[in-house]
Amino acid sequence: MTLNTIWFILVMVLLAGYAVLDGFDLGVGVLYPWLAREDKERRALLTALGPFWDGNEVWLLTGGGALFAAFPLVYATVFSGFYLALMLVLFALILRAVAIEYRNKFVEKKETLDLAFFLGSLLPALLFGVAVGNVARGIPLDAGQNYAGTFWTLLNPYSLLLGLVGLAAFILQGATYAMIKTKGEIYQRARIIGGSAWWALVGLYLLATLYSAIEARHLFANYTKTPVIYVFPLLLWVGLVVTYAALRRDKALTAFVGSSLSLAGMVATMAAGMYPNMVFATDPALNLTIYNASSSPLTLKTMFIIAVLGVPLVLLYTAYVYYVFRGKAEEMEESY
Amino acid sequence: MDTLTLSRIQFALTSAFHFLYVPLTIGLAVFIAIMEYRYWRTRDPIWDKMARFWTKLLAINFAIGVASGITLEFQFGTNWANYSRFVGDIFGAPLAAEGVFAFFLESTFIGLLLFGRNRISPFMRFFAALMVALGTNLSAFWILAANSWQQTPAGYQIEGGRAVLTSFVEAVFNPSTVPRFLHTIAASYITAAFFVTGISAYYLLKKRNEDIAVPSLKLAFIFGLTFTLLQILLGHNHARQVAYTQPAKLAAFEAQWETEGAAPLLLFALPDPASERNTLEVGLPGMLSWLVHGDTQGTIQGLKEFRPELRPPVAPLFFAYRLMVLLGLYLAIVMLWGAYLWLRGQLTTRSSFLKVLFYSIPVPYVASQLGWLVTEVGRQPWIVYGLLKTAQAVSPLPASQVLTTLVAFTVFYVILFGIFLFLMFREVKGYDIGPDVKEQLKVSEVTGVHSSYGVR
Repeated sequence: MTLNTIWFILVMVLLAGYAVLDGFDLGVGVLYPWLAREDKERRALLTALGPFWDGNEVWLLTGGGALFAAFPLVYATVFSGFYLALMLVLFALILRAVAIEYRNKFVEKKETLDLAFFLGSLLPALLFGVAVGNVARGIPLDAGQNYAGTFWTLLNPYSLLLGLVGLAAFILQGATYAMIKTKGEIYQRARIIGGSAWWALVGLYLLATLYSAIEARHLFANYTKTPVIYVFPLLLWVGLVVTYAALRRDKALTAFVGSSLSLAGMVATMAAGMYPNMVFATDPALNLTIYNASSSPLTLKTMFIIAVLGVPLVLLYTAYVYYVFRGKAEEMEESY
Repeated sequence: MDTLTLSRIQFALTSAFHFLYVPLTIGLAVFIAIMEYRYWRTRDPIWDKMARFWTKLLAINFAIGVASGITLEFQFGTNWANYSRFVGDIFGAPLAAEGVFAFFLESTFIGLLLFGRNRISPFMRFFAALMVALGTNLSAFWILAANSWQQTPAGYQIEGGRAVLTSFVEAVFNPSTVPRFLHTIAASYITAAFFVTGISAYYLLKKRNEDIAVPSLKLAFIFGLTFTLLQILLGHNHARQVAYTQPAKLAAFEAQWETEGAAPLLLFALPDPASERNTLEVGLPGMLSWLVHGDTQGTIQGLKEFRPELRPPVAPLFFAYRLMVLLGLYLAIVMLWGAYLWLRGQLTTRSSFLKVLFYSIPVPYVASQLGWLVTEVGRQPWIVYGLLKTAQAVSPLPASQVLTTLVAFTVFYVILFGIFLFLMFREVKGYDIGPDVKEQLKVSEVTGVHSSYGVR
């Protein structure tokens, strides 16, 4: 296995980690107006995110940093190519951060900050899938590897559909998380919404798979060549089934694990289909791959050592913090 | 305005904004770690109170620091795609390391600090605070290593039109990393020191919260005294490094046109780039040579040695640098005054001193911004000194798009800064712990102001 492949996997792992962790933050944010109807409930929901959201967001930062370090040409092309869309995501993330931290300090503007939290969660939850859809389907690139389309080119039906898939997945993730961390009314609402989100996700995912066969056939090539990678969509579906069963049995933690598995499975499924490409171009000769868009072997090796040293530690103390704050948000001694 | 200019303004604006919050986080996290340490060792509730209070302010600051930081990481790719392609093999790694080693550390453990006080032992609280402090300081190291590589690239070779890594250690520990890291860390501790002494002084003047204000002021004062004095040496050391590795930058901020020995240290000048001289000069003879070489006859390279298009703008750098040094000396003098007062047992009681402390809170902020202006504008026209011009590095974006985001950032950030100040002022003005601490801790509203992170 080459270093390039190892780094392809590591970047995907970071993105999957981000999807699973900040996924529930985003999901809760999107569901915020429906899960929490009064101030006490809103504070409880924000507190459920409180100790974790910042660390979760770091997965995006580190994923971005790893992308920059391992595949700088992909980082450059995608970030500049999707300029306005990425800036929208950025503003949304800033809005979300400020909303979460300041909502209960800046009490005069509670409603505004509630809206900010919602919008700051909705936009990224939708746009991440749109971004994935675009690099998977193929974007117009010029000879200088620069994006040759417009902002509106990015909002093609295929990418919008993938955006909705992502949104549904994040909503499900947020709903199951809310079930773990809250009780009473919020819990019940989350359970119901979770059920609906599950059906929406399944429907949208099937639709997206069908549509991919038409719009992005190249994604299936690896599956034909190397059937063993069907294990990823298998995991995805196992996750979905587990979630469904757990929702019906009020097993919040199991449901969350199932949802996380399906999210990770979705990332893996897409990654396996794209490998070794990271960005498809409308002219396949211009595809950005893990070979033509990567850093030098020395950099990849150095980065690997950094990852091996750092990531296990991160997982350890992240798990510790989740452990410290186990239990319902309403029962936390300190809150927003 | 074209894409290049707009992108430059946007990067300058967003990094300047980010740096309004970063130094305080770096320094205050260390102070809080010390307070938590003292609480763990002594179980004296005063340290607990202090830690809780200053953590509330840290939280207000931390949020915007994080939020504005994401902007910068994204911006290398969004607006400087050609830069990213050129340096990615080298520049990306410290950024990723910053994420793996530092961001995770600070952002995960801050959750414990803000929400977990009553769920973890005093030792774990200290450990959490220590991890936040370590995370922020480590973060500074990595990003400064990356930024320093732009100033003094090392450990690389050019292959296929890109900079390729030849030695990670040489790239990270390039000639300017350590001077710039130490200088920035000292600036952060100074910022936090004046923030804490200033607010403590405010309470002492109002005769409120003296129980936490006195020890807070003393702790911060020790840092302030140490680092304002140390900074004189660190700044000097950094400037010497610039003289040797980036002579055009030094020539610009010293308004040194001619290459000469016995170069004067200009206290004031009116640079005239068109005629490549200063129309007015007030300086100390031979002192620039002495500062750089330790020898009043030493040679200093002048701007005229460099082609005009390779010279950074002189007047802004010259005045910014002088002002920064002036402010730095002012801060040191204030701290020395404090030392004198401490010897006379009047550190926390001399009201003129307390007033000066309060009004000096913004001074380190201004000095830091000036310093960044000097180092980054002084690097122009290079984005990587000697290797890549800023003009070659920008993303080929429509100028209208960049103008849109620039305006959006400006509006957004101005509003955020306003909210930040409002919340800070309110948190400080509203904070009043009554005489009985135990009673207070049972009450859900600790302050007259709506409190978040409140104990139920």
